[in-house]
Amino acid sequence: MAAKFENSIVRWIDHRLPIFTFMHHELHEYPTPKNLNYWWNFGSLAGIALVIMLISGITLAMHYTPHVDYAFDSVERIMRDVNYGWLIRYIHMNGASFFFIVVYIHIFRGLYFGSYKAPRELLWMLGVVIMLLMMATAFMGYVLPWGQMSFWGATVITNLFSAIPVVGESIVTWLWGGFAVDNPTLNRFFSLHYLLPFVIIGVVVLHLVALHRFGSNNPLGVDIKSAKDQIPFHPYYTVKDAFGLGVFLIVFSAVVFFAPNFFGEPDNYIPANPLVTPAHIVPEWYFLPFYAILRSIPDKLGGVLFMFGSIAVLFILPWLDRSPVRSGQFRPIFKIFFWILVVDVVALTYFGGKPAEGWYVIGSRFATAYYFIHFLLVLPLLSIFETPRQLPKSISEPVLGGGAGLAGAATAPRENDR
Amino acid sequence: MIARIKTLAATALVASALAGPALAAGEVEIPKQDWSFSGVFGTFDRASLQRGFQVYQNVCASCHALKHVAYRNLVQLGYNEDEIKAIAAEKEVRDGPNDEGEMFNRPAKPSDRFVSPFANDEAARASNGGALPPDLSLIVDARVGGANYLYAVLTGYKDAPADVKIPDGMYYNASFTGSQIAMPPPLFPDGVTYGDNTPATIAQQAKDVSTFLAWASEPNLEQSKRTGVMVILFLLVFTGLLYATKRKIWASVH
Amino acid sequence: MADTHQGETRRDFLYIATAAVGAVGAASAVWPFVDQMNPAADVLALASIEFDTATVTEGMAVTVKWRGKPVFVRHRTPDEIEKARAVPLADLPDPAADATRALKPEQLIVVGVCTHLGCVPLGQKPSDPRGDYGGWFCPCHGSHYDTAGRIRKGPAPKNLVVPDYQYVSDTVVRIG
Repeated sequence: MAAKFENSIVRWIDHRLPIFTFMHHELHEYPTPKNLNYWWNFGSLAGIALVIMLISGITLAMHYTPHVDYAFDSVERIMRDVNYGWLIRYIHMNGASFFFIVVYIHIFRGLYFGSYKAPRELLWMLGVVIMLLMMATAFMGYVLPWGQMSFWGATVITNLFSAIPVVGESIVTWLWGGFAVDNPTLNRFFSLHYLLPFVIIGVVVLHLVALHRFGSNNPLGVDIKSAKDQIPFHPYYTVKDAFGLGVFLIVFSAVVFFAPNFFGEPDNYIPANPLVTPAHIVPEWYFLPFYAILRSIPDKLGGVLFMFGSIAVLFILPWLDRSPVRSGQFRPIFKIFFWILVVDVVALTYFGGKPAEGWYVIGSRFATAYYFIHFLLVLPLLSIFETPRQLPKSISEPVLGGGAGLAGAATAPRENDR
Repeated sequence: MIARIKTLAATALVASALAGPALAAGEVEIPKQDWSFSGVFGTFDRASLQRGFQVYQNVCASCHALKHVAYRNLVQLGYNEDEIKAIAAEKEVRDGPNDEGEMFNRPAKPSDRFVSPFANDEAARASNGGALPPDLSLIVDARVGGANYLYAVLTGYKDAPADVKIPDGMYYNASFTGSQIAMPPPLFPDGVTYGDNTPATIAQQAKDVSTFLAWASEPNLEQSKRTGVMVILFLLVFTGLLYATKRKIWASVH
Repeated sequence: MADTHQGETRRDFLYIATAAVGAVGAASAVWPFVDQMNPAADVLALASIEFDTATVTEGMAVTVKWRGKPVFVRHRTPDEIEKARAVPLADLPDPAADATRALKPEQLIVVGVCTHLGCVPLGQKPSDPRGDYGGWFCPCHGSHYDTAGRIRKGPAPKNLVVPDYQYVSDTVVRIG
């Protein structure tokens, strides 16, 4: 049904280019479960984080010089001479960390509430693709300031590909454009770091198309059954998301203005030196779980395979967890294992930041083992043996005998006519 | 009172026991100092900045460059245009080529960045027994512990314990990783004479020059904190309003 | 629901206040991203230069780079000054007396950018063509400037721009 617009100009445009109908459809008519909690804020927050990164990144690129002789100095010039350069760079630098915080919370929300289950498998897989693209972008972005960590991070990570049998060495040389990380590497990383965010936008659009096909999952994990269960996205979730954004910006500003180097490594304020490796090379915190998995396998190729495997299991997750119940709220045993997984990933993050010696190695091996056991063993078995609690009939009706879910008559604010 | 001190001591013991294992072999614990620029409302102490600049000029500058800082930036320390011109003009920079195609030396201008003591890293190494004196423009950002670390190293020169052998050209420094440092003790009591009659003890000089170098690393720190306070106050109001709006809009949903 | 008229007013006020505060916030957040494109501190530091005119001998001209543009410093001969002064103002497309063109008559300082479309006129080197009026000649579209840098013939609408400058000593000028 075509939307009716009062404004004649809007009507004129919409008749020829139905963007207003589209927006009306996706924002106003788009039925959203009325029971989404604050964990559902992180999706839109991730989108806003992407926009913040794009704007700050494009402005930084106006002043940055991708050349080994000038890169470090051009960043310092941004910090010291460019108007508000310090602010924009600190926004970009910390924005990366916050983007990952938001996305990781978004992912764990999906894990807990079973948002990857049918019919949202592709939605989930597209999300994993976005995460991979974000990782590639963040990695290449970290190389650009051309500090010690930039250089050695680039060296270590690109060397991962040398683990590939036969062609590994040629691939690494190809990635570098030389025989070590050098100017050609910096130039292509800058080019790709600028490009990939736009690829991310493309995948985000697909992510949203897939989302709008069946709408949001919800904390109860039951589908929308009637108009009583749903509310229009706007204004209910726009204002809720805006409030969440406000809270996010407060935390973000606190770091940007008062502890801008909190997530950073002091070594990256030393210009890159190909002849001296810093004593402790640590990747950025958001790579630490994967770095811990990489180091916990005492074999070069094995480590690389397990690291990529840790993301690959996420791709097949919808087929590992066969339980028909989506929400972890109704899965008493799953719930326990979910929290073990959270602790496990936190532990991996911790071990990844510690030197690979003594107890840390043993700890990270156990943590790695559990990570894979959780996805490959625990989830498939749970789907067979776990008895879920009884599901509510619908979002607006409580579980039989459940009590106070429904207080007063719920008025669906808007009839949905689809 | 005594009970409180005991609790404090106990807390300190527990804290140090916890902090202990976090330090890997060869690393040294860096005690925290009081800095004028720490905290949410912290600002650089101008007098300390000027004294620290004096220490840098008289002591550090003969070996350590400060290449990301420009003479014009000294305005922030409270110097006026003529003073900065005079400070800059003490140094010569290589410029050119001129119309004859020759490179030439000219006095530095306020728009120039601090002139480095050596033409390149190799020259710096050659003059310093093979050790490269690092550029100091980012030293506070580039070291774990920041200004505290700098202060600890500058005040950390001691006589080596009997069982430690220090090779020629190295010095014992309790706060430096590995306890051996190639930099000779730079500070001496009254090694500089402060214009404001502050007693120039080693600790005072170390504190002042660390403050100056903290400014050199983050010259925008004050502006950042000032802006930050305003931004966060604004966001608190705005987020509060959004919360109220959200409550209003959601009031009819059950 | 007790949706009184008063309640509605209060609600509308809340919405308007929130939107207004949000708009203020968005506008202030935009400024740093706009201002970053303005000249940076190191660029502004070079916005004024000092030049010793004693290095330019009579009849010679020197080009100095200032704010990314050439500045022509010409030590004019008495003959050239005389020629510039003799022109009736009515004959000039952009009338300006010679006295307004230079602080010291023998030292003419103008920005060497043609006021037509921004080319750099010829006339600095003795071998250059100086146009019909002995000043500068712009080869792009044929504008002729006289010995005071004033436009005399051709498509350029204005005289060569005299930059802000002052003498900081007898011979040293600060441009900008």
